[in-house]
Amino acid sequence: MSPTKRPKERIGVYVCHCGSNIAGVVDVAEVSAWAGKELEQDGVVVARDYKFMCSSLGQELIERDIKEKGLTRVVVAACSPHLHEPTFRAACARAGVNPYLFEMTNIREQDSWVTTDKIEATKKAKALIAAAVGRVAYQKPLESLYVPIDPNVLVVGGGVTGIQAALEIANSGQHVYLVEREPSIGGHMAQFDKTFPTLDCSACILTPKMFDAGNHKNITLLTWSEVEKVEGYIGNFTVTIRKRARYIDESLCTGCGVCWEKCPKKVVDPVFEAGLGYRKAVYVPFPQAVPKYPVIDRENCTYYLKGTCKACEKFCPTGAIKFDQQDEILTVKVGNIILATGYDLFDARKIPNYGYGRLPNVFTSLEFERMTNAAGPTLGKVVLRDGVTQPKSVAIIHCVGSRDKNYNNYCSGICCMQSLKFAHLVKEKTGGEVYQFYIDMRTPGKTYDEFYQRIIQEGANMIRGKVAEITDTARHPSEEGKLIVQVEDTLVGKQRRIPVDMVVLSAGLEARADAKEVAQKFGISCSADDWFIERHPKLDPVATMTDGVFVAGACQGPKDIPASVAQGAAAAARVLSIIGQGEIEIEAATAIVDEATCVGCKECIASCPYQAIQYLEDKGKAYVQEALCKGCGTCVGTCLPKSISLKHFTDEQIVAEMIGAMQTMKSFETVEAA
Amino acid sequence: MPQMIDERAKAGLTPEEDLSLLHEVSMKTAGDSHVEMCIQCGTCGGSCPAGMDMDHTPRAIFAMLRAGMREAVLKSNTPWMCVSCYYCTVRCPQEIHITDVMYTLKNMAVQSGMVQDSTASDFSRTFINFVENYGRSFEIGLAGLHNLIHPRLALRLPNMAPMAIGMLTKKGMSPLPPKRIKGMKGLKKILKRAKELEAA
Amino acid sequence: MSDYIFYPGCSMESSAKAYYDSVMSVCQALDIQLNEIDDWNCCGATEYLSLERMPAYALIARNLALAEKQSNGSKTVVAPCSACYLNLAKADHYMHEDKAFGKNINEALAAGGLHYTPGKLAVRHLLDVVLNDIGLEAVKAKVVKPLTGLRVAPYIGCMLPRPDYGNRYSDTENPTELDDLLRALGADVIDFPLRTACCGGHMTQIGPGTAFELIRRLVSTAADQYKADVMVAVCPMCQMNLDAFQGQMNGYFKTDYHMPILFFTQLMGIAFGADAKELGFGSEFVSAREAMSRIGVQTPEPAADAPAKKKPAGLPMPPPLVHASQTTTHSKEAGQ
Ligand SMILES: Cc1cc2nc3c(=O)[nH]c(=O)nc-3n(C[C@H](O)[C@H](O)[C@H](O)COP(=O)(O)OP(=O)(O)OC[C@H]3O[C@@H](n4cnc5c(N)ncnc54)[C@H](O)[C@@H]3O)c2cc1C
Ligand code: SF4
Ligand code: SF4
Ligand code: SF4
Ligand code: SF4
Ligand code: SF4
Ligand code: SF4
Repeated sequence: MSPTKRPKERIGVYVCHCGSNIAGVVDVAEVSAWAGKELEQDGVVVARDYKFMCSSLGQELIERDIKEKGLTRVVVAACSPHLHEPTFRAACARAGVNPYLFEMTNIREQDSWVTTDKIEATKKAKALIAAAVGRVAYQKPLESLYVPIDPNVLVVGGGVTGIQAALEIANSGQHVYLVEREPSIGGHMAQFDKTFPTLDCSACILTPKMFDAGNHKNITLLTWSEVEKVEGYIGNFTVTIRKRARYIDESLCTGCGVCWEKCPKKVVDPVFEAGLGYRKAVYVPFPQAVPKYPVIDRENCTYYLKGTCKACEKFCPTGAIKFDQQDEILTVKVGNIILATGYDLFDARKIPNYGYGRLPNVFTSLEFERMTNAAGPTLGKVVLRDGVTQPKSVAIIHCVGSRDKNYNNYCSGICCMQSLKFAHLVKEKTGGEVYQFYIDMRTPGKTYDEFYQRIIQEGANMIRGKVAEITDTARHPSEEGKLIVQVEDTLVGKQRRIPVDMVVLSAGLEARADAKEVAQKFGISCSADDWFIERHPKLDPVATMTDGVFVAGACQGPKDIPASVAQGAAAAARVLSIIGQGEIEIEAATAIVDEATCVGCKECIASCPYQAIQYLEDKGKAYVQEALCKGCGTCVGTCLPKSISLKHFTDEQIVAEMIGAMQTMKSFETVEAA
Repeated sequence: MPQMIDERAKAGLTPEEDLSLLHEVSMKTAGDSHVEMCIQCGTCGGSCPAGMDMDHTPRAIFAMLRAGMREAVLKSNTPWMCVSCYYCTVRCPQEIHITDVMYTLKNMAVQSGMVQDSTASDFSRTFINFVENYGRSFEIGLAGLHNLIHPRLALRLPNMAPMAIGMLTKKGMSPLPPKRIKGMKGLKKILKRAKELEAA
Repeated sequence: MSDYIFYPGCSMESSAKAYYDSVMSVCQALDIQLNEIDDWNCCGATEYLSLERMPAYALIARNLALAEKQSNGSKTVVAPCSACYLNLAKADHYMHEDKAFGKNINEALAAGGLHYTPGKLAVRHLLDVVLNDIGLEAVKAKVVKPLTGLRVAPYIGCMLPRPDYGNRYSDTENPTELDDLLRALGADVIDFPLRTACCGGHMTQIGPGTAFELIRRLVSTAADQYKADVMVAVCPMCQMNLDAFQGQMNGYFKTDYHMPILFFTQLMGIAFGADAKELGFGSEFVSAREAMSRIGVQTPEPAADAPAKKKPAGLPMPPPLVHASQTTTHSKEAGQ
């Protein structure tokens, strides 16, 4: 099909240099001169090139031309529309041209950045501009839709990040649903004893925040819970949450602790105690847990396994134990969502040469954290796996599972500092010898390098080299009964074998095992390493490509507590700014059904991935809910009578765009042939 | 004119920048060795069962390749001490094919005539002479010839005699050279062509 | 009956005759048909690779080319020697990965009228075939004389699990394949930490000091720390280094170890009821007679005191690694 007669429009073309980003490869002066001349018959009345079109001067250029030259359409050839389409649309609007009469074409990411061939790049820029000029004449003025923002917010994950975000929002007067999967909020930070670089007590600084989050009038705390389904869009999400049965009636339970004291069933706690300690079948993970109510671990409880016991029920003074409690399904409406689901520790058993899981006195960093914690399984004593012997020498191994293509190729960021913290703790608690085995010492935070120097001064032995293996196979009598750390001391250039009593593996941080599923649930994406992807790594670090869904803390990438807290607060600020706007603009480029030809076959309804199409029973026609439609175009292709079209992407516009590009390419061929 | 002392040469660095050395090693190794990706972590040097006896650890060799220290690398005993255990290769965080690079360095050392202690290269040569002429190797002849070439090695080895005799008695091994393979002529042609291709 | 293309390798015909004999006996018992590559040549061990790259690979590839020609339906080349196995696998791998390189090698082969299609054949070691094609159950079914009471140190060496181009082994450092097989024969298998440490390779010929130290580590750990009766090898070079050079090693360090080094097929043969003589017993340097007589006369030696397994009395140990999909989020019961 060919487009209808081309409307007579006055078009302005602006070619951006983007400093040397574009101009270094594309001959921008030549391109704008060409557009002014060759595209004149298509309606181009002015074509310019300019150093930075997005600068205020660049925008003013467009505004002035609209006013002085009477432009009715504008084309900018520059970077990605992701970045600056809103900028130029706004400039057009200011000068009185409907923003949908503006067209942006990308000659940076799709041209100058992907080749060094200046001639071909210049040709491609021309073709892209001709395509944009081709389509822009057919564009129609459209009006954006405005929808009100539901001021309630969902925060997923109750680690320090999620707690911070929830408190910021709740303190501003908005309501937060804080959903946490474990029986208590607190996340990893609750497991630590001391935190670098200041070595302040983790519980002392975290517990007050946990308490606030648990008792805030604006926070609905849902622990032992998980988000099952998310529907809707920014401002109007409907979230389904499963509140798993605790088998405890929260309205009766006083958190007195009699049940877990009396419960005869003891199991290893792989989560909070990192496998180093035990808990009961009815438990709170740690004394300061928020909320204070225990949960019954159904998989291990004797009653559920064998049908008898019920000791907890017998002793509970308030009759709060409810073995027949069921999971609850809650539906809440929120306008924005913050994901703060944190990280998992790298599984050190995967590295056979480090012997974790085989050699008893090799520990992971989280095990060591629990060991140094005064409330932990050893009451804060640093001891070997036998539970009693204090080690005389401890080796701390950096980069375990990080910076290693066999495992994770990235630097986990926090573990150099965490290892230095451990060196201090070993010195303080045992007075023994401590060795740090590192590749590079990464201490770039505020007062972090000073901390490094302090640890050196405290007498830690620093050995630069990635440990090759840890073995209990002695070669010499001096090694017998020890763990031997074999390493190249790279600064000496010699292989060394260092016998120690205990080894601590500073395992890296990994994305949560279920990060991909969670991302899918919330409609966002993951990097190759499964970390959640932010909208822009520098300029928009807590937003995602999905409006209304934010990420913060270690779920976005390895991060220490200061950075996590900052992100939690940042995400809260972004959410509050949206709430403050009251309503949000929705892109007008949506699908629309022509009721005159729609036969009501419902094909489109099944095809829409966003459930945006409704069936109007009274009319027997399909209807697109604009606020839900993302403009993906799937339905357009499925509609047999061609009743659905996409505003801003009509057949006419697309064909004109293709003709523009192809005619230009063709003209180059004829020139070359001549 | 007073004689100039080139400080770089004194430090073992080639006076002319030899930055192509790393690339050359990479090109002469089968497959993609990733040798330019070394982060100097020392996993290889720490893993190496022969590391204690090497002039330089494998890691140091990779640093020297970067620095263009051609002579020092090709004269070092490091590749010759390598026992091909592949520990370094599977443990290297940058997936560098270290063992294969050691083979390449041996090739380059032999070709440039820079081998210092020829015990190992002569052993390889003797071994290969049998293969190039019979298509098969020959353990007894190998041990004998090798010890003729390197009698001092035999001296270093206490009591080699029972071992050689044991080969004949306990194992019933034949002191005669191996049977020549039928396709010896074809094999010779193949090896000749391969040598030409290597030189190209 | 399973058909395989067989690449014996040079030592099978000379120093490792015991290996050859026992391989033949065991394969017959397990119905493994080995069709020897006609007119195969030496793989060059690690020596040719040390001198010249292209000729070294061409030498190896000639065997693959002959095997491809002769394949007749079966696509697996079996090598009993770890060094031969790795060389064949390496040539196939690099010819496949590095197309230009593969072309060059084929150009050399063409001079002798041959050609090899990279990736066409699977190169495998006999241990892998026995374990994965025949299976432990079938092996167990053949056992008539379990090796009960024999303490064996399973020794895999380097070149089987590393670099492991085909991802055939459970682990590059602690593979358990050989342990499983020996256990199926009824042996008392020690958890030998050096099961993939180096035997010294060609260092016995070049830098004996280096080699003797590597041999000492293996033998002394098996003998002193684990009180093993015998060590079991899967490669003629490993067996030769540890067996034939054990005497020299003793002389060098003034030690007195007598650790018999046997091929895994020799022990399989015994368990299957074959005659010791036919399995090449008696050709080893360090005699296995005493060790074997212990189980031969059915009076197991009073159990040597094995190192006491440390029981985690105080703090729990992490559970064993569950592979891939299965994750352990649930607590396991306390061991008490
Ligand atoms: C051994 C070790 C020591 C450390 N020491 C320090 C230190 O001294 N100083 C420092 O600054 N940093 C330290 N860190 C880093 C610190 O742990 C992190 O910066 C911090 O915990 C990140 O907080 P977070 O809330 O983003 O994630 P997390 O602490 O992991 O919390 C995430 C929370 O989300 C919950 N969750 C996960 N998925 C879901 C889901 N789908 N639905 C609902 N809830 C979910 C989890 O249960 C958890 O409660 C250390 C890290 C390690 C490994
Ligand atoms: S005994 Fe009853 S009231 Fe006390 S913590 Fe347990 S459930 Fe709650
Ligand atoms: S019924 Fe279950 S939770 Fe309650 S005391 Fe017994 S084992 Fe513990
Ligand atoms: S922070 Fe330090 S220990 Fe952690 S991965 Fe990075 S370099 Fe290694
Ligand atoms: S354009 Fe996409 S999102 Fe919109 S109604 Fe059609 S299928 Fe649904
Ligand atoms: S292990 Fe790899 S990255 Fe590390 S020093 Fe050796 S070659 Fe370099
Ligand atoms: S393969 Fe060679 S260089 Fe690498 S660890 Fe083994 S002996 Fe050392």
